[in-house]
Amino acid sequence: MSRQLLTGNAAAAWGARLARADYIPAFPITPQTEIIETLSAWCDTGEMAARLVTLESEHAMLTAAAAAAATGVRVFTATSSQGLLYAMEMIYTVAGWRAPFVLVNVSRGLASPITLEPDHTDVLAARDAGFLQIHCATCQEVVDSVLMAYRLAEDARVRLPAIVNLDGYYLSFTREPVELPAPEVADRFLPPFEPHELAFRASQPLSQAVVVLGGSTYSYFRYESHLAAQAALAVYDEIAADYAALTGRRHDVVETWRLEDAEYAFVMMGSFATKAKAAVERLREAGVAIGLLRLRLLRPFPAAAIRRALAGKRAVAVIDQNLSMGRGGVLHGELAAALYGQPDAPPILASFIGGLGGRDLPSEEFYAIAEVLREAARSGVTPPQRLLYTEHELRELRKLQAIALAERHDPRLGGRGP
Amino acid sequence: MNETAFKRLKDLPSQRLLGTGTPLCAGCGGLEALHQIYDILGGRSVFVNAAGCMTLLAVYPFTPFRGAWLYTAMAGAPAGAQGVRDALDLLLAKGRLPPAEDLTVVALTGDGVAYGMGLSATSSAIERGLDFLYIVYDNEGYGNTGQQYSEATPLGAKTATSLRGFAGRKKDLFAIWTAHRPAYAATVIGAEPLDLARKLEKALSLKGPRLLLALAPCPTGWDFDPKDTVEVGRLAVRTGVWPLKEYVDGKVTHTRLPHPRLPVEDYLRTQGRFRHLFEPVRDEALLARIQAQVDDYWAGVT
Ligand SMILES: Cc1ncc(C[n+]2csc(CCOP(=O)(O)OP(=O)(O)O)c2C)c(N)n1
Ligand code: SF4
Ligand SMILES: [Mg+2]
Repeated sequence: MSRQLLTGNAAAAWGARLARADYIPAFPITPQTEIIETLSAWCDTGEMAARLVTLESEHAMLTAAAAAAATGVRVFTATSSQGLLYAMEMIYTVAGWRAPFVLVNVSRGLASPITLEPDHTDVLAARDAGFLQIHCATCQEVVDSVLMAYRLAEDARVRLPAIVNLDGYYLSFTREPVELPAPEVADRFLPPFEPHELAFRASQPLSQAVVVLGGSTYSYFRYESHLAAQAALAVYDEIAADYAALTGRRHDVVETWRLEDAEYAFVMMGSFATKAKAAVERLREAGVAIGLLRLRLLRPFPAAAIRRALAGKRAVAVIDQNLSMGRGGVLHGELAAALYGQPDAPPILASFIGGLGGRDLPSEEFYAIAEVLREAARSGVTPPQRLLYTEHELRELRKLQAIALAERHDPRLGGRGP
Repeated sequence: MNETAFKRLKDLPSQRLLGTGTPLCAGCGGLEALHQIYDILGGRSVFVNAAGCMTLLAVYPFTPFRGAWLYTAMAGAPAGAQGVRDALDLLLAKGRLPPAEDLTVVALTGDGVAYGMGLSATSSAIERGLDFLYIVYDNEGYGNTGQQYSEATPLGAKTATSLRGFAGRKKDLFAIWTAHRPAYAATVIGAEPLDLARKLEKALSLKGPRLLLALAPCPTGWDFDPKDTVEVGRLAVRTGVWPLKEYVDGKVTHTRLPHPRLPVEDYLRTQGRFRHLFEPVRDEALLARIQAQVDDYWAGVT
């Protein structure tokens, strides 16, 4: 098939279509709705031989998704933000069923306050659940990653559900040129789902998700899931090679950009990394030896690839588009754990929080971060965590606060006067 | 129901299909009903369960079921049933599953789930016309967590969170179900096995959302001797506290008319959870209110 202009949401829907998903439990939430509307239309016209069912909540949606996967069909579902949190009990629960399926999350900041724009605090809440996580930076990656996620999730060595994440608005509603694999190519890459003996059949009674007594049995099964998730790292490499051979597009566990000869590095996840790439180009022109490391796989965590990519760097800035209240950036902590005590680990690992709720990360901020890194490398002192916010933003916010205050006191609006 | 295979008690299956030796309490009225149901339903079924006492039926590596089982979460059973049913239907339609491999999809939950946390999922499953049988064992409280009051707890009952007696009124789940116009809905009780068998038979002959709502005398939560489970159940029916009825084709029929209807006191006295109505002094006002609720109900039954 040829190149076409597709939104990230349309690319996600195409991923499900090319994977020949059988079953799509759904529930609408901005900015994910275009995915389920597209799939619903294809189911109606028969372009997809699938059934889409709208449940009454994401909790039910996830339950139905996993129950259907446990019965042996290929399942696709999608949500975002509050929906992901509403489903969270089941996100954790169904991962232990070892029933593979793919969930697309269109990242959106969590309430409160309410926003529709993206950051990664939503999907990171599912970090420890037992779902594999692939993070996309382009619409092309979305369709490719959905197909790859099925192969990975369904692999007999893995058998875990997978989340494919894309940023709301920046990818979900942005049209980019996307090369869709031809259906025959997708079929060659992704054979039909084979549940083996893990399915409900009259001739093979099966008990799923039962109670265990005692921490020993419990630990065994939890360790098993963890080891399966870790095994997915090597499996992923095989799959990425297969996919590259068939389509010419290779998506590794991490993406590096001008990193090899760099002294400094930005570390990011998701579509905002594209902004970092542009900044790297400008900084390189200005003579700063800086590069970018973007995590595509978050679970399993590609620690070895990260260590390799960052070995010998003088200073690294982790730019987290998420916020763990009272701690800071989640990726920063993950990176620190991967690098600590490793020979050749960068001596400086600085933490920056930015891009919350769709807040822009302008080039100047990348330049400023690069400057902080150079200074830290010179002094040998790790800078404190920074919450990115400009003077200008603060002035604008103060104006909003002044209006809010005035409204509260305005007697015409029911206020008590100044 | 002239065409029933269950005319007399001796028509009930003599073979026990549900295994014994579960961790459930001696005299569990819910388990009593489940045994009767499973003997008729059999192993070509998948039970989709939600958190509650019955979750402890399947404890690794044992199960009393001959067929399949899927534990979901407290609110998860109806949606789990949806996923399994839809998947089986898709596999059948696409020729990927021989019809002989098909299963009856059953949701099994307590009242806490059926009347409360699982109700929105249930309502939506019925609305979609999901082809499933929903078995509720109603022990009138959150039994598994120590019998706190639930939305099924009746007026006056002492629970772990209503030590002076529950001040609210039992929710009418049967009416909620029938308002959705399901394929079938019935109340049953293990103490009336023939009535239960006929209703299950009827339910299994139909397709769509079907409810078997079983009052489940609970020696542990209701405080009575486990040997009295059947007697407590019979009294629930004979005092009119638990009307046995079914809904088919838009019509509700009572399958037992308690004649003469015994005073509710005869039922309440059997259980420690109502002892405070009689000791140290009789609570005449509350007893009269409970009796009046039951009288009101039957006054509306023609
Ligand atoms: C989301 C959630 N909240 C609370 C619980 C704790 N819990 C387990 S069983 C149960 C009671 C369920 O009551 P019911 O449906 O009546 O079943 P029973 O315990 O009486 O058999 C509760 C509250 C849980 N497992 N999950
Ligand atoms: S607490 Fe009641 S319902 Fe639960 S197992 Fe014991 S007797 Fe049965
Ligand atoms: Mg209960």
